[in-house]
Parts: sequence; structure tokens; C-alpha cells
Amino acid sequence: MDVRYEAPQTLEAAVALLAGATAPAKILAGGTDVIVQMETDLIEPSLLVDIKKIPELRQITAENGGFRIGAAVPGMELMAHKALNKAWPGVLDGVKLIGSIQVRGRASIGGNLCNGSPAADSVPPLIAAGAIARIIGLKGTREVPVEQIPTGPGKTSLAKDEIIVSFFLPARPPHSGDAYQRFTPRTEMDIAVVGVGVNLTLDNGGTCTAARVALGAVAPTVLLVKECADALIGTKVDNAALEKLAAAASAACRPIDDKRGTKEYRIKIAGVLAKRTALAALEVARKN
Amino acid sequence: MAKKYHITTTVNGDEYEYLCEAQQTLLDVLRDELQLAGTKEGCATGDCGACTVTVDGTMVCACLVLAVETDGAKVDTIEGMANGNELHPLQRSFLELNGSQCGICTPGILIAARELLKRNPDPTETEIRYWLAGNLCRCTGYDKIIRSVQAAAKEMRGA
Ligand SMILES: Cc1cc2nc3c(=O)[nH]c(=O)nc-3n(C[C@@H](O)[C@@H](O)[C@H](O)COP(=O)(O)OP(=O)(O)OC[C@H]3O[C@@H](n4cnc5c(N)ncnc54)[C@H](O)[C@@H]3O)c2cc1C
Ligand code: FES
Ligand code: FES
Repeated sequence: MDVRYEAPQTLEAAVALLAGATAPAKILAGGTDVIVQMETDLIEPSLLVDIKKIPELRQITAENGGFRIGAAVPGMELMAHKALNKAWPGVLDGVKLIGSIQVRGRASIGGNLCNGSPAADSVPPLIAAGAIARIIGLKGTREVPVEQIPTGPGKTSLAKDEIIVSFFLPARPPHSGDAYQRFTPRTEMDIAVVGVGVNLTLDNGGTCTAARVALGAVAPTVLLVKECADALIGTKVDNAALEKLAAAASAACRPIDDKRGTKEYRIKIAGVLAKRTALAALEVARKN
Repeated sequence: MAKKYHITTTVNGDEYEYLCEAQQTLLDVLRDELQLAGTKEGCATGDCGACTVTVDGTMVCACLVLAVETDGAKVDTIEGMANGNELHPLQRSFLELNGSQCGICTPGILIAARELLKRNPDPTETEIRYWLAGNLCRCTGYDKIIRSVQAAAKEMRGA
């Protein structure tokens, strides 16, 4: 195996390398999926394009009252960013669950998304947050909602010359909160059986005016479930609304059977976990 | 002939120059090229933490870093932990309190524990357990590791 390694300093140079590749090329961010896949012979790239030296991919900046997060910023740096933690605790809940401290020293949310695992922990909260990915390629730049990027296990809607540069998280209206919870047999270092991201906003009277709910690990891609959001909007997130939410979450599941759980189990857990996560998001929203 | 990359890396304060291929991991290079075999390989897939080192101050699994990525970087491994013949307090407490049995996990755990104590000199048992969640041990059952870290932390605080 003869692998070429390039670490371009600019987006243009990175896109040119990917576009010009005549053999399989792979973008390298933190490498916590790529290097494992190379080591276990799942992939045999002949070109690795390391994007970590490109400034736009490594910055967290304030923008229009929200945040722009470089796609290759490692998890530990996201966790150390106080303002981001305060505004989007649910997104950070997802990041904190990725592997160990050693893994999060390298793992990025761009990689977590583009690896295409339906169980990727940062993806449901990003989708619930309404995050928009900025993508650059030969044809220029496009802005795409995160839910439109995964298309199946290990697959994305990106063209071979395209790179996710950053994610935009919008400004928060008052009384907003988000949360992510996953269900695993162990507390650390495990893969989600079900993961739920909930993001909601209340009015001054405590009625839910906006909500987004995303489910992970229950279908070939992470799902944004409108019926779950509809169960919450217009309610005070009371027991009746939570029961409707749980039913909608269970109904949306199209899971597989595997060693971590059967279909029936995942469908049941999805409903239970959706309720718990909504209550966690509600608690945050009431404090903001 | 596979393409070779010329890499310059500072390891434990000493500058090393070597040639490597793009797919070689930092763990392979440390052990096989630089003869620094203190860093252990348990799994080569990021699961066990035996290969824990720091790169520019960040704790990582050396099996999940390519050597080419560390050109110009500062790497710290277990070989740099003792000060000459004087063991680090963590190394001493692991010896005294049997925090190490077969020893495969020990270098990674010592590096991880040192990074914890740099950031948090007085961690609770729960904080130690969470911090070390990425370091697996098949021998000790972890309790002796926790006691060893607590004893070293106490000594380092001068308590
Ligand atoms: C021991 C261990 C435990 C783990 N536990 C968890 C867990 O609990 N939950 C979880 O969700 N994940 C877990 N993971 C996987 C997680 O670390 C990865 O999914 C990580 O987030 C990927 O990010 P990376 O920067 O390492 O990406 P890389 O491995 O560098 O890349 C991943 C994929 O995305 C592509 N890519 C990367 N960046 C971009 C970009 N900007 N634009 C376009 N494509 C890009 C790459 O080409 C590759 O296909 C674990 C991994 C390990 C090794
Ligand atoms: S050898 Fe690197 S984590 Fe196991
Ligand atoms: S002492 Fe043997 S693995 Fe920890």
C-alpha cells in the first residue's frame, strides 16, 4: 500500500487535491475513524488530505449572535469553550459522549457526521439545533442543513471534491434549551442503542413555540422527526404532550436487530428516552 | 518503493529525525523506529489507551495518530516521566501500592493520570474513574490504580 499524505494550508488547495485525485482519496480530520478503518483494512486510500492545518476548520467564532464552529475542531476544544457550552449544552452533551478523553483530543464533529454512522453522538443534537453546514467544493460554497448530509450508513451527500468547512449554530431566543441523551448498556465508551436530541423554545407563559427532535441509531441515518416536534409545539410539555412525543418517536423508528438491542427494544427505548430528553431540554429552557 | 516522509519530532525534549511511510502510526514509529517501546500496543484501534501519549500537550492514543502528522510537534511518552533516576511520584505510588500487575496498561495510565493531576491536583474518586475511562486494565480491577493515583496526588499536593 502506497499512501500519499498532504496537509494543505488553504481550502482551495485542499479542494484542488481532492478534485485532482485519480485514485481513492480520503479527508483526514482527527483520524479516529479513518485510522481505525485503515488499520483494519476497511479502507485503502491512496491519498490522505489532512485538513487540520486550514485555519477556517480550526476556529470557533461568534457570528450573528450564534456560533460558527470549524468542522475539524477537536471535541476537547469544544468542551473547553464556555460560551458554546452555555448556549448549546445539548450539542456538548453529544460531544462529551464521543469515546475517551484521548479520542476527544482528536475527534471532530465534522468527522463524526461524515463518517456516516447512524449512532454518531454529536449528530442528533446538531440536527435538533438546526445547524447549517458550510461546504466548499470546486463549484464554490453551499450551505446545507446537517440532516441533509448523511444518506445511509457510511454515506453522505458530499461530492468527492467537497469538504465541510464549518457549522453555524444560530442565535438563541429567550427560554430556549437543548439536550442530548443516549441509551447504552455502559456509561462510558459504548455505542448508542438509541440517541435523542431535543431543542425547544418556550414563550413567557411556558408554552412551547418551537421544537426540533432528532433520533439516532434507530434507522439508516439520524432522523429529524416532525411528528415529535408537533407533539410538543403549542403545549406546556405536560404529560399528555410527552406521551404523544414518545408515541411519535417509537413510530418513526426503523431500527435493526444487533448485539446491542432488538428492534422491539429500540422502538420502546426511543419513546422513553425522547420523554427524558425533552424534560432535560425543558429544564434548560426554563432557566434561560 | 513506497514514498517516504522526512519527519522531525521532539520526543521527551530530544529532537528525532526519521523517515516513515504515510500510513505508519506514531505508535509504530515510537516502538519500531525510535526504539521507545515503553508506549504499549493493546488494540491499535483506540479502545484500550495503552498507547496514551501527549502531542503538543493533548492526550491522545498514539495508535490513532499518523507519524507524518507529528512533523514539528512535541511528543511526550512514558520514557520522559522519570527525572533521571528519580521516579515520578505516580510511578512510585504505582510500585508501592501495586497499581501495576502485568504492566501493559501502566505506561498509558501513568501518562493519563499525570495529565489529570496537572489539571486537577485533588480529584475525587469519580473524577479519576471518568478521566481514566479510556484506559483499560485486565489485571488490577482498577481499585489499586485509583488508590495509587490518590496517594500520588496527595504527595504532590504536599499533604
Ligand atoms: C475508541 C473509540 C470510541 C468511540 N466512541 C464513540 C462514541 O461513543 N460515539 C460516537 O459518536 N463516536 C465514537 N467514536 C467515533 C468518533 O471518534 C468519530 O466518529 C469522530 O467523531 C470522527 O471525527 P474525526 O475528526 O476523528 O474524523 P476522521 O476519522 O478524520 O474522519 C471521519 C470521516 O469523515 C470524513 N471527514 C472528516 N472531516 C470532514 C470534513 N470536514 N468534510 C468532509 N468529510 C470529512 C473523513 O474522510 C472520514 O470519512 C469512537 C471512536 C473510537 C476510536
Ligand atoms: S493501542 Fe492505542 S488505544 Fe489500544
Ligand atoms: S496491569 Fe495488566 S492490564 Fe493493567
